[in-house]
Amino acid sequence: MSAAPHPAPAATRTDPYAPKGLALTLESTGAILLALLWVLPLAYAVWAAFHPAEYTTRFVLTAPLTLDNFTRAWAAAPFARYFLNTFILVTLILVFQIVLGTLAAYALARQDFWGRDVAFVLILAQLMIMPDALIVENYRTLAKVNLIDTIPAIALPYIASAFGIFLLRQTFKTVPKELDDAARVEGASPLQVLIRVYVPLAKPTYVAYGLVSVSYHWNNFLWPLLVTNSVESRPLTVGLQVFSSADQGIDWAVICAATLMTSAPLLVGFLLFQRQFVQSFMRAGIK
Amino acid sequence: MTNRATATIHGWLLLLPAMACLALFTHWPAVASFIESFYSTPKARRPARFIGLENYQQMLADPIFWKALSNNLWFALGTIPTSIALALLMAVWVNDRIAGRTLVRMAYFTPTILPMIAVANIWLFFYTPQYGLLEQITGLFGARSTNWLGSQDTALYAITIVAIWKEAGFFMIFYLAALQAIPPSLGEAAAIEGASRWTFFRRIQFPLLMPTTLFVLINAVINAFRMVDHIVVMTRGGPDNATTLLLYYIYQVGFGFWDTAYAATLTCVLLALLALVAFVQYGWLERRTHYQ
Repeated sequence: MSAAPHPAPAATRTDPYAPKGLALTLESTGAILLALLWVLPLAYAVWAAFHPAEYTTRFVLTAPLTLDNFTRAWAAAPFARYFLNTFILVTLILVFQIVLGTLAAYALARQDFWGRDVAFVLILAQLMIMPDALIVENYRTLAKVNLIDTIPAIALPYIASAFGIFLLRQTFKTVPKELDDAARVEGASPLQVLIRVYVPLAKPTYVAYGLVSVSYHWNNFLWPLLVTNSVESRPLTVGLQVFSSADQGIDWAVICAATLMTSAPLLVGFLLFQRQFVQSFMRAGIK
Repeated sequence: MTNRATATIHGWLLLLPAMACLALFTHWPAVASFIESFYSTPKARRPARFIGLENYQQMLADPIFWKALSNNLWFALGTIPTSIALALLMAVWVNDRIAGRTLVRMAYFTPTILPMIAVANIWLFFYTPQYGLLEQITGLFGARSTNWLGSQDTALYAITIVAIWKEAGFFMIFYLAALQAIPPSLGEAAAIEGASRWTFFRRIQFPLLMPTTLFVLINAVINAFRMVDHIVVMTRGGPDNATTLLLYYIYQVGFGFWDTAYAATLTCVLLALLALVAFVQYGWLERRTHYQ
C-alpha cells in the first residue's frame, strides 16, 4: 500500500496518545499475555515433538530431548514424496496464476474494448463463489476428462484467480500512461510493452501475491483430499491427515512431529522473512 | 471503427485463457448445480430425470440440513465479531511502542501461515479428555473431566475457538496497516482539543477504520462458510451432527453418500447465501461506509 506522505518522519513527532508509564506497562502485559496464549498450541506441539513419548504430557524441565519422533514419522509415511507433490502443486498453480492473471489484468487495466466491464464483473464473481463451494460439480468435470488423482486436477480450479487478476489490474493502472506510449512510439507491440514496462514495475505485487498464493495452496486441504487417493498425487496436508488418522494407535508425540514437519517450510520462511510476509499479506488485502 | 474492432479482438484474446478457466471451474459449475438441483441422482440403471422441486422439498424436511444451517449461523456469530474485535485490539497494541512488539506481532500472525489441518491436529490433542493440556489445566482447579469435542454442548464452541485463533492475527495486519496510514496530525489536533484517548479512538480512529472493518467483515463472513478443514480432523461433524457446517454437509452428501443431486441442491443454498453477502456488501454497506 502507498502510505500517505507524512509531513515529517514519524519518529521525530510524538504521538500524544501513545501510552506512557503505568498505562504502557499494563498494555505491554496484556499484549504479551495474549501473545503467549496465541503461541501456546504451537509451543505445546514443539514440546511433544522433541521429547520422548512418556513426557508428552509431563512438563519436567529435565526431560531428555530427542529427534526420535521425527525419524519415526518420516519412516512411517512417504513424506518425501508428499513434499515433492506439494512443491510441484504450488509451483504449477503459481506459474499459471501469474501468466493468466498478467494477461487478463493488462487487458482490463489498459485496453478499452467492447465487453470489458462485463468481463470484469464475471471475473470478480469468483471472489464470492469460491472454488471450495463447487466441489461436487468440479469433481464431476475432472472425472469426465479422467484427471482424478493427478496433481493437475488439484491445480485446475485455482489457476484462474480473480483475486490475482484484480490485484494486478490495480497495480497496472498505477503505471504512468506516458511510459506505455513511449514504448509504443518506439515500435513495441502490446505484448512487448506488457513484458518490458508493466511486469517489471509490478514486481512488489508479484512477490506479495506469490507469498499469499503459496501459503494458501500449501495449506489447502478439502479439495486435494477429494481428488487424490494415491501417494503419487497427495499433497502434504492430505498425507498428514492420512497419517494421523490411520489406526496405528494414537501416538501424539509422532503426530506432533509430523505436524511440525509439514508446517516447517512455511514457518521457517515466515520467521526469516517476517516483515516481507506481513507486508505481502497487507498489500494483497488493501488493493 | 476498425481500430475499435482490433482492440476488442486483442482484449478478448488476452482475457481468453483466464476466462476459459473461470467459465469451466466457476461459472459453469454454479449454473450446473442449479440445473442439477431439479433432477434426481443418476443410479446404475436409472439415469437422472427431472423431478422439479423434490430435492428442495427433501431439503426442507431434512433435520440435518437445518442443523447444519443453524450450526453455521452460530459458528459465524461466534467467530466474526470476536475475531474482528480481537484483531482490532491486537493492532492497537502492536501499533504502540509496547515491549517486545515484533515478537508479539509475530505470535499473533503465526496461526495464519500454519496449515489448518496441522493446527487442528494440535488442537485435537489440546482438547483430548484426561490427557490433553486443557484437561490438565482445568484439573488443577479440580474441575470435572469434560470431553470438549465429544459433548454436544461444547463441541461447536471448541471448533469456534480454533477458528478465532486462526483468523484474528490475519485480520490484525489490515487494521495495523490502516492505523499506520492515519495522519499523525489528527492525533495532535485531537489532543489540543483535549479529547481523551477513548474519545480519539471512538470518534476519529474507529470511523477512519470503517473501510478496513468492511473488508475484514466480508472476509470473515466468507470464511465462516468456507472453513471446514478443522472439522474433518477434529469432529467429522459429530457428535450427532453438533458440528456439521453447511460445506461439510455438502462434502458428506456428495462424497460420503454420493447423492450428487442433493449435494447440488445444498450447493445452491450455499451460493445463495454468498450472493446475499455480496448484495449486502455492495448495495447497503458500501453506501454507509466512510471513505477518506
